[in-house]
Amino acid sequence: MGRALTRIAHEILERNQGCRNTAMVGIRTGGIYLAQRLQRIIRQIERADVLLGELDITLYRDDLAMRKNQPVLKKTEIAFDISDLKVVLVDDVLFTGRTVRAAMDGLTDLGRPAEIQLAVLVDRGHRQLPIRANYVGKNIPTVKDENIQVFLEELGERDRVARLGKARAS
Amino acid sequence: MSFKRKDLLEIGALSPEEISLLLDAAEPFREIGGREIKKVPALRGKTVVNLFCEPSTRTRTSFELAAKRLSADVVTVSPSSSSAAKGETLLDTARTIESMRADILVIRHSSAGAAETMAGRVGLSVINAGDGRHEHPTQALLDLLTIRDRKGRLRDLRVAIVGDVAHSRVARSDIHALTKMGAEVRVVGPPTMMPPGLHRLGAEVRHRLDEALEGVDVIIMLRLQLERQERSLFPSIREYVRLYGLTAERVRRAAPDVLVMHPGPVNRGVELAPDVADSAAAVILDQVENGVAVRMGLMYLLAQGQGA
Repeated sequence: MGRALTRIAHEILERNQGCRNTAMVGIRTGGIYLAQRLQRIIRQIERADVLLGELDITLYRDDLAMRKNQPVLKKTEIAFDISDLKVVLVDDVLFTGRTVRAAMDGLTDLGRPAEIQLAVLVDRGHRQLPIRANYVGKNIPTVKDENIQVFLEELGERDRVARLGKARAS
Repeated sequence: MSFKRKDLLEIGALSPEEISLLLDAAEPFREIGGREIKKVPALRGKTVVNLFCEPSTRTRTSFELAAKRLSADVVTVSPSSSSAAKGETLLDTARTIESMRADILVIRHSSAGAAETMAGRVGLSVINAGDGRHEHPTQALLDLLTIRDRKGRLRDLRVAIVGDVAHSRVARSDIHALTKMGAEVRVVGPPTMMPPGLHRLGAEVRHRLDEALEGVDVIIMLRLQLERQERSLFPSIREYVRLYGLTAERVRRAAPDVLVMHPGPVNRGVELAPDVADSAAAVILDQVENGVAVRMGLMYLLAQGQGA
């Protein structure tokens, strides 16, 4: 996982020619920690800090009315103006693309970024929307009703990506 | 845990956990109020009807803004323009609104229990925005949010509620909410304005303002509701101000970082001396701002419950 993130950090720097005018926004919850790690790696490479924000997309989901349990609502914390910045959205798993769709809606409500890019640790396929990641840690082919989970040290786990067999799609 | 209720009718029926949940639900919405685009799509397609059978500017506007910032469609009905003037009963009005497929009904009425009566007979979610002298739950929630935000906690705070407690639904909701959350509540006012049985709600009754303010962390001043008094409960306004008006000198008896709160609208020079109302201790405008966030959080939770 560490090597994949280091590669993604280099790719972000290469594509954006450094990290000026670039911000990273993690999608709650896993994406936030991954965005923090990317920021640390970029600091080592460039000796500069990219802006870092946290986005809660609960209010933008398209399945709010259909869910049985209430999702826990958290705060969006983006302390800078995203207008005219290149914003890299960071998430752990890219699946249907609906989370990313909601995140883009949330982001454009906060301002008008120059560009929105997408970095994910795992791309497991089965997109339901025309969305593609700019930076992918690993492509993992899956079947649709499998559950792929990313565990992180920040959440008290050993860093790993696990296939949890058949479960609810999230 | 999640909020399972269909309606919000009274603080008295809520558990401390439910109150915490409602306060926590308001937090994310405060950030939205500070954005340039103050709108999220969470309640898109939902319909909120505000039925206000009593005059109100701030509560009505607050509910309207809260619903609009959640992208719900809002209709506000007031008595002069409604069929109540033509003799329709409250219940028929509620059923009519339900037949129009509204999802949330916000009601303010001069009779205690009006919201509860309607909630029991219709399927949509009912929010009590003030019923007679009974309760005004969202006001208590925004008061608690304001206190928690400034003080970092509610437990063990000393809170004085001053004024016409007998006629005040705000006082009743505040007393319920504060005592459930572990705050120590003392109510202060002339004996004619103290309803019996306050100690059963866990509040201590005082009649002298100066001594009651000693060391308190929060002072909640109640509005003198001249329109609700059928007979005079004190000899003159001037005497009331002398005994129960909050002056800068009296504020000094409280803790140094005391908060001065008021549900509004303020009768300047009556409950609050103008210099107190404009002082740094006064958080009256914070209360208003938090009111929108609390109502957004509440409507969001109620709409979630409907989907389940």
